[in-house]
Amino acid sequence: MQLPAPRGPLSQQVRLVLSGRATQGSMDWSSVTSLPRPADRILHDEDFQLALWMLFELHYRGFDSVDPDLEWDPLLIHSRGMLEASLESLLRDLTADDVRRANRAGGCFTNRLSGLIDELDGGSLATFLQRRATSEQFADFMRRRSIYHLKESDPQSFVLPRIDGPAKVALAELQYDEYGAGRADRLHAGLFADALDALGLDSTYGAYIEEADATTLAVNNVMSLFALRRRLRGASLGHLAAFEATSSAPCRRILSGIERLGLPAATARYFDEHVEADAVHEQLAIRSICAAMVEGEPGLADDVLFGAATCLRVEAIASETLVETWESHQLVEAPA
Amino acid sequence: MSEVPTADAQDVRTQACPGGPLLVRGAATWVDSDGIEHPVTRPVVAVCRCERSQRLPWCDGTHKFVTRTAPSVA
Ligand code: FES
Ligand SMILES: [Fe+2]
Ligand SMILES: [Fe+2]
Repeated sequence: MQLPAPRGPLSQQVRLVLSGRATQGSMDWSSVTSLPRPADRILHDEDFQLALWMLFELHYRGFDSVDPDLEWDPLLIHSRGMLEASLESLLRDLTADDVRRANRAGGCFTNRLSGLIDELDGGSLATFLQRRATSEQFADFMRRRSIYHLKESDPQSFVLPRIDGPAKVALAELQYDEYGAGRADRLHAGLFADALDALGLDSTYGAYIEEADATTLAVNNVMSLFALRRRLRGASLGHLAAFEATSSAPCRRILSGIERLGLPAATARYFDEHVEADAVHEQLAIRSICAAMVEGEPGLADDVLFGAATCLRVEAIASETLVETWESHQLVEAPA
Repeated sequence: MSEVPTADAQDVRTQACPGGPLLVRGAATWVDSDGIEHPVTRPVVAVCRCERSQRLPWCDGTHKFVTRTAPSVA
Protein backbone atom coordinates (compact mmCIF):
# COMPACT_ATOMS: atom_id res chain seq x y z
CA MET A 1 0.00 0.00 0.00
CA GLN A 2 1.15 3.53 -0.75
CA LEU A 3 1.17 6.17 1.95
CA PRO A 4 -2.12 8.08 1.67
CA ALA A 5 -2.16 11.77 0.78
CA PRO A 6 -2.10 14.04 3.85
CA ARG A 7 -5.24 15.82 4.99
CA GLY A 8 -3.75 18.48 7.25
CA PRO A 9 -0.58 19.42 9.15
CA LEU A 10 -0.52 16.37 11.43
CA SER A 11 -0.93 13.71 8.72
CA GLN A 12 1.53 15.74 6.63
CA GLN A 13 4.20 15.49 9.35
CA VAL A 14 3.61 11.77 9.80
CA ARG A 15 3.78 11.19 6.07
CA LEU A 16 7.04 13.13 5.74
CA VAL A 17 8.70 11.15 8.51
CA LEU A 18 7.43 7.80 7.20
CA SER A 19 8.55 8.52 3.67
CA GLY A 20 12.01 9.42 4.96
CA ARG A 21 11.77 12.95 3.62
CA ALA A 22 12.09 14.45 7.06
CA THR A 23 14.00 13.19 10.03
CA GLN A 24 12.48 12.99 13.45
CA GLY A 25 14.97 15.53 14.72
CA SER A 26 13.72 18.19 12.33
CA MET A 27 10.12 17.71 13.42
CA ASP A 28 8.43 19.91 15.88
CA TRP A 29 5.86 17.39 17.05
CA SER A 30 4.83 19.35 20.06
CA SER A 31 3.61 22.26 17.97
CA VAL A 32 1.60 19.90 15.77
CA THR A 33 0.10 17.75 18.47
CA SER A 34 -0.79 20.73 20.60
CA LEU A 35 -2.82 22.35 17.81
CA PRO A 36 -6.19 23.16 19.29
CA ARG A 37 -8.38 20.17 18.48
CA PRO A 38 -11.73 20.30 20.23
CA ALA A 39 -12.07 16.93 21.94
CA ASP A 40 -15.58 16.29 20.75
CA ARG A 41 -14.53 16.85 17.14
CA ILE A 42 -11.66 14.34 17.16
CA LEU A 43 -13.87 11.62 15.71
CA HIS A 44 -14.66 13.91 12.77
CA ASP A 45 -11.10 15.24 12.39
CA GLU A 46 -9.72 13.50 9.31
CA ASP A 47 -6.23 14.92 9.75
CA PHE A 48 -6.00 13.52 13.28
CA GLN A 49 -7.57 10.17 12.37
CA LEU A 50 -5.44 9.66 9.26
CA ALA A 51 -2.22 10.49 11.13
CA LEU A 52 -3.10 7.96 13.82
CA TRP A 53 -4.21 5.39 11.27
CA MET A 54 -0.87 5.58 9.42
CA LEU A 55 1.05 5.14 12.68
CA PHE A 56 -1.05 2.12 13.67
CA GLU A 57 -0.79 0.60 10.22
CA LEU A 58 2.96 0.16 10.74
CA HIS A 59 1.99 -2.75 13.05
CA TYR A 60 -0.17 -4.44 10.41
CA ARG A 61 0.91 -4.50 6.77
CA GLY A 62 2.99 -1.30 6.63
CA PHE A 63 3.50 0.77 3.50
CA ASP A 64 5.52 0.35 0.32
CA SER A 65 8.92 2.00 0.63
CA VAL A 66 8.53 2.85 4.31
CA ASP A 67 11.36 1.57 6.52
CA PRO A 68 9.80 -1.33 8.51
CA ASP A 69 11.89 -0.41 11.56
CA LEU A 70 9.93 2.81 11.94
CA GLU A 71 7.27 0.59 13.56
CA TRP A 72 9.27 0.86 16.78
CA ASP A 73 10.80 4.29 16.30
CA PRO A 74 10.79 5.83 19.79
CA LEU A 75 9.76 9.30 18.64
CA LEU A 76 6.94 8.00 16.45
CA ILE A 77 5.71 5.83 19.32
CA HIS A 78 5.92 8.86 21.59
CA SER A 79 3.95 11.06 19.18
CA ARG A 80 1.39 8.34 18.67
CA GLY A 81 1.04 8.07 22.43
CA MET A 82 -0.08 11.69 22.59
CA LEU A 83 -2.69 11.14 19.90
CA GLU A 84 -3.85 7.95 21.59
CA ALA A 85 -4.21 9.73 24.93
CA SER A 86 -6.49 12.39 23.37
CA LEU A 87 -8.59 9.75 21.67
CA GLU A 88 -8.89 7.60 24.78
CA SER A 89 -9.93 10.50 26.97
CA LEU A 90 -12.62 11.51 24.45
CA LEU A 91 -13.91 7.92 24.36
CA ARG A 92 -13.98 7.70 28.15
CA ASP A 93 -16.08 10.88 28.27
CA LEU A 94 -18.35 9.66 25.50
CA THR A 95 -19.17 6.42 27.32
CA ALA A 96 -18.92 7.33 31.00
CA ASP A 97 -22.70 7.42 31.43
CA ASP A 98 -23.18 4.12 29.62
CA VAL A 99 -20.69 2.39 31.91
CA ARG A 100 -22.27 3.95 35.01
CA ARG A 101 -25.75 2.90 33.95
CA ALA A 102 -24.64 -0.66 33.24
CA ASN A 103 -23.05 -0.88 36.67
CA ARG A 104 -26.12 0.57 38.36
CA ALA A 105 -28.28 -2.05 36.66
CA GLY A 106 -26.34 -4.61 38.68
CA GLY A 107 -26.64 -8.37 38.26
CA CYS A 108 -23.90 -10.67 37.10
CA PHE A 109 -21.27 -9.35 34.73
CA THR A 110 -22.76 -11.17 31.72
CA ASN A 111 -26.08 -9.43 32.32
CA ARG A 112 -24.50 -6.01 32.76
CA LEU A 113 -22.53 -6.41 29.54
CA SER A 114 -25.42 -7.75 27.46
CA GLY A 115 -27.75 -5.12 28.95
CA LEU A 116 -25.40 -2.35 27.87
CA ILE A 117 -25.07 -3.83 24.38
CA ASP A 118 -28.83 -4.26 23.93
CA GLU A 119 -29.42 -0.69 25.03
CA LEU A 120 -26.94 0.84 22.60
CA ASP A 121 -27.61 -1.47 19.66
CA GLY A 122 -28.65 0.91 16.88
CA GLY A 123 -28.69 -0.91 13.58
CA SER A 124 -30.23 1.91 11.54
CA LEU A 125 -27.60 1.55 8.80
CA ALA A 126 -28.54 -2.09 8.23
CA THR A 127 -32.20 -1.10 7.96
CA PHE A 128 -31.28 1.58 5.42
CA LEU A 129 -29.30 -0.98 3.39
CA GLN A 130 -32.17 -3.43 3.63
CA ARG A 131 -34.93 -1.11 2.49
CA ARG A 132 -33.63 1.96 0.71
CA ALA A 133 -30.00 1.89 -0.40
CA THR A 134 -29.20 2.05 -4.11
CA SER A 135 -26.49 -0.18 -5.61
CA GLU A 136 -24.14 2.82 -5.62
CA GLN A 137 -24.77 3.40 -1.93
CA PHE A 138 -24.21 -0.27 -1.21
CA ALA A 139 -20.87 -0.10 -3.05
CA ASP A 140 -19.99 3.00 -1.02
CA PHE A 141 -20.75 1.07 2.17
CA MET A 142 -18.52 -1.81 1.04
CA ARG A 143 -15.63 0.50 0.15
CA ARG A 144 -15.71 2.09 3.61
CA ARG A 145 -16.01 -1.24 5.34
CA SER A 146 -13.08 -2.62 3.34
CA ILE A 147 -10.65 -0.63 5.49
CA TYR A 148 -11.44 -2.96 8.38
CA HIS A 149 -12.76 -6.13 6.79
CA LEU A 150 -9.71 -6.76 4.62
CA LYS A 151 -7.90 -7.21 7.93
CA GLU A 152 -10.92 -8.58 9.74
CA SER A 153 -10.12 -9.83 13.26
CA ASP A 154 -6.44 -8.93 13.03
CA PRO A 155 -6.50 -6.31 15.81
CA GLN A 156 -7.88 -8.77 18.37
CA SER A 157 -5.11 -11.28 17.62
CA PHE A 158 -2.73 -8.89 19.39
CA VAL A 159 -4.67 -9.54 22.60
CA LEU A 160 -4.10 -13.31 22.70
CA PRO A 161 -0.70 -13.29 24.44
CA ARG A 162 -2.01 -10.80 27.01
CA ILE A 163 -4.68 -12.98 28.54
CA ASP A 164 -4.74 -16.45 29.98
CA GLY A 165 -6.86 -19.44 30.90
CA PRO A 166 -10.40 -20.09 29.59
CA ALA A 167 -10.71 -16.58 28.07
CA LYS A 168 -7.61 -17.19 25.98
CA VAL A 169 -8.92 -20.57 24.81
CA ALA A 170 -12.24 -19.02 23.79
CA LEU A 171 -10.60 -16.07 21.99
CA ALA A 172 -8.39 -18.51 20.06
CA GLU A 173 -11.51 -20.52 19.18
CA LEU A 174 -13.32 -17.40 17.90
CA GLN A 175 -10.29 -16.21 15.95
CA TYR A 176 -9.84 -19.66 14.39
CA ASP A 177 -13.36 -19.37 13.00
CA GLU A 178 -12.67 -15.81 11.73
CA TYR A 179 -9.52 -17.12 10.08
CA GLY A 180 -11.38 -19.81 8.15
CA ALA A 181 -11.24 -22.74 10.61
CA GLY A 182 -8.42 -24.39 8.73
CA ARG A 183 -9.72 -23.58 5.24
CA ALA A 184 -8.07 -20.78 3.29
CA ASP A 185 -11.19 -20.28 1.19
CA ARG A 186 -13.17 -19.42 4.33
CA LEU A 187 -10.92 -16.73 5.77
CA HIS A 188 -13.39 -13.96 6.59
CA ALA A 189 -11.16 -11.22 5.18
CA GLY A 190 -10.95 -13.33 2.02
CA LEU A 191 -14.75 -13.66 1.84
CA PHE A 192 -14.95 -9.88 2.07
CA ALA A 193 -12.41 -9.54 -0.76
CA ASP A 194 -14.55 -11.92 -2.87
CA ALA A 195 -17.60 -9.79 -2.05
CA LEU A 196 -15.77 -6.68 -3.29
CA ASP A 197 -14.49 -8.40 -6.44
CA ALA A 198 -17.99 -9.59 -7.35
CA LEU A 199 -19.17 -5.97 -7.21
CA GLY A 200 -16.35 -4.87 -9.51
CA LEU A 201 -14.60 -3.10 -6.62
CA ASP A 202 -10.90 -3.21 -5.78
CA SER A 203 -10.08 -5.82 -3.13
CA THR A 204 -6.45 -4.79 -2.75
CA TYR A 205 -5.61 -4.16 0.89
CA GLY A 206 -5.98 -0.43 1.64
CA ALA A 207 -7.33 0.37 -1.85
CA TYR A 208 -9.92 2.82 -0.54
CA ILE A 209 -7.93 4.53 2.19
CA GLU A 210 -7.84 7.81 0.28
CA GLU A 211 -11.62 8.13 0.35
CA ALA A 212 -12.15 6.89 3.91
CA ASP A 213 -13.78 9.63 5.97
CA ALA A 214 -12.74 10.56 9.51
CA THR A 215 -15.37 8.39 11.20
CA THR A 216 -14.40 5.30 9.17
CA LEU A 217 -10.79 5.84 10.17
CA ALA A 218 -11.91 6.37 13.78
CA VAL A 219 -13.75 3.02 13.81
CA ASN A 220 -10.46 1.38 12.80
CA ASN A 221 -8.27 3.44 15.12
CA VAL A 222 -10.37 2.58 18.14
CA MET A 223 -9.78 -1.13 17.51
CA SER A 224 -6.02 -0.63 17.19
CA LEU A 225 -5.89 1.66 20.22
CA PHE A 226 -7.48 -1.04 22.37
CA ALA A 227 -5.71 -4.03 20.83
CA LEU A 228 -2.16 -2.72 20.78
CA ARG A 229 -2.00 -1.65 24.41
CA ARG A 230 -1.92 -4.39 27.01
CA ARG A 231 -3.47 -2.02 29.55
CA LEU A 232 -6.57 -1.80 27.34
CA ARG A 233 -7.02 -5.57 26.78
CA GLY A 234 -10.33 -5.46 28.64
CA ALA A 235 -11.61 -2.68 26.38
CA SER A 236 -10.47 -4.59 23.30
CA LEU A 237 -12.43 -7.69 24.23
CA GLY A 238 -15.46 -5.67 25.35
CA HIS A 239 -15.35 -4.01 21.95
CA LEU A 240 -15.20 -7.45 20.33
CA ALA A 241 -18.22 -8.62 22.32
CA ALA A 242 -20.30 -5.61 21.28
CA PHE A 243 -19.22 -5.98 17.67
CA GLU A 244 -20.11 -9.68 17.49
CA ALA A 245 -23.36 -9.28 19.43
CA THR A 246 -24.68 -6.63 17.04
CA SER A 247 -23.78 -8.38 13.81
CA SER A 248 -26.01 -11.37 13.22
CA ALA A 249 -29.35 -9.55 12.86
CA PRO A 250 -27.90 -6.63 10.82
CA CYS A 251 -26.22 -9.13 8.47
CA ARG A 252 -29.62 -10.73 7.92
CA ARG A 253 -31.05 -7.31 7.00
CA ILE A 254 -28.14 -6.48 4.73
CA LEU A 255 -28.62 -9.84 3.07
CA SER A 256 -32.20 -8.99 2.24
CA GLY A 257 -31.00 -5.64 0.85
CA ILE A 258 -28.56 -7.57 -1.36
CA GLU A 259 -31.44 -9.71 -2.63
CA ARG A 260 -33.60 -6.64 -3.24
CA LEU A 261 -30.81 -5.06 -5.30
CA GLY A 262 -30.00 -8.31 -7.11
CA LEU A 263 -26.31 -8.14 -6.15
CA PRO A 264 -23.93 -11.09 -6.82
CA ALA A 265 -23.90 -14.33 -4.83
CA ALA A 266 -20.30 -13.81 -3.65
CA THR A 267 -21.37 -10.54 -2.04
CA ALA A 268 -24.28 -12.28 -0.33
CA ARG A 269 -22.00 -15.07 0.87
CA TYR A 270 -19.99 -12.84 3.18
CA PHE A 271 -23.10 -11.66 5.02
CA ASP A 272 -24.71 -15.08 4.89
CA GLU A 273 -21.68 -16.56 6.65
CA HIS A 274 -21.89 -13.86 9.33
CA VAL A 275 -25.50 -14.45 10.26
CA GLU A 276 -24.56 -17.88 11.58
CA ALA A 277 -20.95 -17.24 12.58
CA ASP A 278 -21.68 -14.15 14.63
CA ALA A 279 -24.60 -15.81 16.43
CA VAL A 280 -21.92 -18.17 17.76
CA HIS A 281 -19.28 -15.47 18.22
CA GLU A 282 -21.69 -13.34 20.25
CA GLN A 283 -22.01 -16.09 22.86
CA LEU A 284 -18.30 -16.85 22.84
CA ALA A 285 -17.30 -13.21 23.16
CA ILE A 286 -19.73 -12.29 25.94
CA ARG A 287 -19.65 -15.46 28.02
CA SER A 288 -16.54 -17.46 27.25
CA ILE A 289 -14.20 -14.53 26.66
CA CYS A 290 -15.32 -11.40 28.55
CA ALA A 291 -17.10 -12.96 31.51
CA ALA A 292 -14.30 -15.51 31.93
CA MET A 293 -11.63 -12.82 31.73
CA VAL A 294 -13.41 -10.65 34.31
CA GLU A 295 -13.76 -13.63 36.61
CA GLY A 296 -9.99 -14.01 36.54
CA GLU A 297 -9.25 -10.28 36.60
CA PRO A 298 -12.21 -8.47 38.22
CA GLY A 299 -10.38 -5.15 37.85
CA LEU A 300 -11.02 -5.30 34.10
CA ALA A 301 -14.83 -5.20 34.38
CA ASP A 302 -15.23 -1.47 33.78
CA ASP A 303 -12.84 -1.51 30.84
CA VAL A 304 -14.82 -4.31 29.20
CA LEU A 305 -17.97 -2.17 29.51
CA PHE A 306 -16.01 0.86 28.28
CA GLY A 307 -14.85 -1.05 25.19
CA ALA A 308 -18.34 -2.34 24.43
CA ALA A 309 -19.92 1.11 24.77
CA THR A 310 -17.17 2.66 22.65
CA CYS A 311 -17.71 0.14 19.86
CA LEU A 312 -21.42 0.95 19.65
CA ARG A 313 -21.15 4.73 20.15
CA VAL A 314 -18.41 5.16 17.54
CA GLU A 315 -20.12 2.80 15.11
CA ALA A 316 -23.36 4.77 15.50
CA ILE A 317 -21.54 8.03 14.72
CA ALA A 318 -19.91 6.51 11.62
CA SER A 319 -23.24 5.04 10.44
CA GLU A 320 -25.09 8.31 10.99
CA THR A 321 -22.41 10.19 9.10
CA LEU A 322 -22.71 7.79 6.18
CA VAL A 323 -26.51 7.89 6.00
CA GLU A 324 -26.44 11.70 6.31
CA THR A 325 -24.00 11.91 3.42
CA TRP A 326 -26.29 9.79 1.28
CA GLU A 327 -29.37 11.74 2.25
CA SER A 328 -27.76 15.11 1.53
CA HIS A 329 -26.70 13.80 -1.89
CA GLN A 330 -30.23 12.66 -2.56
CA LEU A 331 -31.51 16.12 -1.69
CA VAL A 332 -29.03 17.68 -4.08
CA GLU A 333 -29.80 15.20 -6.82
CA ALA A 334 -33.55 15.22 -6.37
CA PRO A 335 -35.41 16.97 -9.20
CA ALA A 336 -36.69 20.41 -8.21
CA MET B 1 -36.23 -30.00 20.97
CA SER B 2 -34.16 -32.94 22.02
CA GLU B 3 -31.17 -33.74 19.93
CA VAL B 4 -28.58 -36.39 20.19
CA PRO B 5 -25.38 -35.62 18.35
CA THR B 6 -24.23 -38.51 16.21
CA ALA B 7 -20.70 -39.78 15.79
CA ASP B 8 -18.06 -39.81 18.50
CA ALA B 9 -20.60 -38.49 20.97
CA GLN B 10 -18.20 -38.89 23.86
CA ASP B 11 -16.13 -35.96 22.51
CA VAL B 12 -19.11 -33.68 22.05
CA ARG B 13 -19.35 -30.92 24.63
CA THR B 14 -22.34 -28.65 25.05
CA GLN B 15 -22.85 -25.38 26.88
CA ALA B 16 -26.28 -23.84 27.36
CA CYS B 17 -26.52 -20.04 27.06
CA PRO B 18 -29.42 -18.76 29.22
CA GLY B 19 -32.08 -17.19 26.99
CA GLY B 20 -30.06 -18.20 23.93
CA PRO B 21 -28.65 -21.16 22.04
CA LEU B 22 -26.79 -24.31 23.00
CA LEU B 23 -23.12 -24.15 22.05
CA VAL B 24 -21.89 -27.45 20.68
CA ARG B 25 -18.27 -28.37 20.22
CA GLY B 26 -16.76 -31.43 18.65
CA ALA B 27 -19.81 -32.72 16.76
CA ALA B 28 -19.52 -33.82 13.12
CA THR B 29 -23.26 -33.59 12.55
CA TRP B 30 -26.31 -32.38 14.44
CA VAL B 31 -29.53 -34.36 14.37
CA ASP B 32 -32.61 -32.19 14.82
CA SER B 33 -35.91 -33.20 16.44
CA ASP B 34 -37.20 -34.51 13.10
CA GLY B 35 -34.22 -36.80 12.83
CA ILE B 36 -32.63 -34.80 10.03
CA GLU B 37 -28.85 -34.69 10.07
CA HIS B 38 -27.13 -31.35 9.60
CA PRO B 39 -23.40 -31.29 8.87
CA VAL B 40 -21.38 -29.18 11.30
CA THR B 41 -18.97 -26.95 9.40
CA ARG B 42 -17.40 -24.82 12.12
CA PRO B 43 -15.50 -25.60 15.32
CA VAL B 44 -18.34 -24.37 17.56
CA VAL B 45 -21.96 -24.21 16.48
CA ALA B 46 -24.91 -22.53 18.20
CA VAL B 47 -28.01 -24.70 18.12
CA CYS B 48 -31.25 -22.72 18.38
CA ARG B 49 -33.36 -23.42 21.46
CA CYS B 50 -36.06 -20.77 20.98
CA GLU B 51 -37.24 -22.33 17.71
CA ARG B 52 -37.67 -18.91 16.13
CA SER B 53 -34.49 -18.95 14.07
CA GLN B 54 -34.91 -18.65 10.33
CA ARG B 55 -31.92 -20.97 9.98
CA LEU B 56 -32.89 -23.95 12.06
CA PRO B 57 -31.26 -25.88 13.54
CA TRP B 58 -28.74 -23.03 13.96
CA CYS B 59 -29.25 -19.89 16.04
CA ASP B 60 -29.41 -16.67 14.00
CA GLY B 61 -29.75 -14.27 16.92
CA THR B 62 -33.55 -14.04 16.72
CA HIS B 63 -33.91 -15.23 20.35
CA LYS B 64 -32.91 -11.74 21.48
CA PHE B 65 -36.02 -10.24 19.97
CA VAL B 66 -38.14 -12.97 21.53
CA THR B 67 -36.87 -12.41 25.06
CA ARG B 68 -36.57 -8.66 24.66
CA THR B 69 -40.17 -8.04 23.68
CA ALA B 70 -41.82 -10.54 25.97
CA PRO B 71 -41.41 -8.83 29.38
CA SER B 72 -42.31 -5.37 28.05
CA VAL B 73 -45.96 -6.35 27.56
CA ALA B 74 -47.82 -4.39 30.21
S1 FES C 1 -31.70 -19.51 20.22
FE1 FES C 1 -30.90 -17.97 18.94
S2 FES C 1 -32.38 -17.85 17.42
FE2 FES C 1 -33.18 -19.39 18.69
FE1 LIG D 1 -16.03 -12.47 10.63
FE1 LIG E 1 -17.42 -12.75 14.03
